Amino acid sequence: MKCRKCGSAAVLELRRHNAAFCAPDFLEFFRNQIREAIRKYRMFERDEPVLVAVSGGKDSLALWDVLIDEGYRTTGLYLDLGIFDYSVESRAKCEAFAAARGVPLLVRRVADEVGAPVPVIKAVTRRPPCSGCGLSKRYLLNRAALDEGLPVVATGHNLDDEAATLFGSVMHWQMDALPRQSPALPSTHPKLVRRVKPLYRLSERETAAYAFLRKIDYIVDECPFAAGATSIAHKETLNRLEDASPGAKHNFLFGFLEKARPAFERAEAVVLNECARCGQVTTGTVCAFCKLADQVKRAAPVAGGGSTPVL
Amino acid sequence: MKVVLRNPRREVEVPGNRRVKDVLRELNILPETVLVIRGDDLITADQQVSDGDTIELRPVMSGGSEPHPRPAMSGVSEPHPRPVMSGVSEPHASKTGHLRPYPASRHPLP
Repeated sequence: MKCRKCGSAAVLELRRHNAAFCAPDFLEFFRNQIREAIRKYRMFERDEPVLVAVSGGKDSLALWDVLIDEGYRTTGLYLDLGIFDYSVESRAKCEAFAAARGVPLLVRRVADEVGAPVPVIKAVTRRPPCSGCGLSKRYLLNRAALDEGLPVVATGHNLDDEAATLFGSVMHWQMDALPRQSPALPSTHPKLVRRVKPLYRLSERETAAYAFLRKIDYIVDECPFAAGATSIAHKETLNRLEDASPGAKHNFLFGFLEKARPAFERAEAVVLNECARCGQVTTGTVCAFCKLADQVKRAAPVAGGGSTPVL
Repeated sequence: MKVVLRNPRREVEVPGNRRVKDVLRELNILPETVLVIRGDDLITADQQVSDGDTIELRPVMSGGSEPHPRPAMSGVSEPHPRPVMSGVSEPHASKTGHLRPYPASRHPLP
């Protein structure tokens, strides 16, 4: 198989583009897709500082790598979820990445903020672990950006993540979720920062290939709580469609963004309040994060603190 | 030839002297779900692998997320009830790239 651009031996085939690339041309293709994402959705300006949410995985570190190379002023934020060895290892990967490139990395511990790490939150709430974890991440990312005076948070969500989320929303016809799915969510309140996903045009196989070719030391083993998550089942289903019909995921997501999403945008604006407890933005009186923290404190008063709890 | 699989890490022996795509097919792994690594290089599915080769099939799937894009920001006070999925608490091998049945949604009786 030959590189589409230069004709030398290819290292990666991209069936959805009916193309294959050698390593240098693939890396350039990858960077171009991110440039196009930032341009198309006006994610951030050249001189705007960006908070990059990093997990130690391939996606977020690949994103951070490109943004640093492109000359953006970035600060990394690692949220220590307290998920046993997985968190210890993923934090070490982020710290090593930041140190090698001389870029700042903030670390926040979920146990300090919520009152307990994710495994305890999972046990207390009796809901899937991704639920409390996702809620805490969104809240803490936003608050950290506000605290640091950074106007925008960039996350490593890729094409597969976005297509799987869309698939889940459509499967259950979540009419409130569909208009909110976008590669860029503007700030709609002084206490909500902009959220952007510059990898939305790139598949997770492409981000993995970028990380491998750039020799980024990322955590290959995934979160131990991810196994069995609904989003994984959706990804597997989409991968089967992709295998039968290359480009299926791309068409599903891009078709939604370009053609269907406007139809789902609700005319009525959601009323945003400030949480009576913490002051962050909510549609109710007390925000879901504070309710979660209350639930954790009631059920696990001694569980907070440690990043490797014994359950 | 030796094939290294991840999550959990393990090795299997399969016949070589054929294309990568034939090895993937035998192992029931979709090409879209893995990087194929030989030594320090990525290789494409049409490349030939020999009996003496060792290749790693590194899964690319990351995951575990809520199905909602942003409930903490605008739907924050009333999280949407999640459907009950079969097998959610059971560890399984989905992230190796192997196919497995799609979990069935359960519906309450009318």
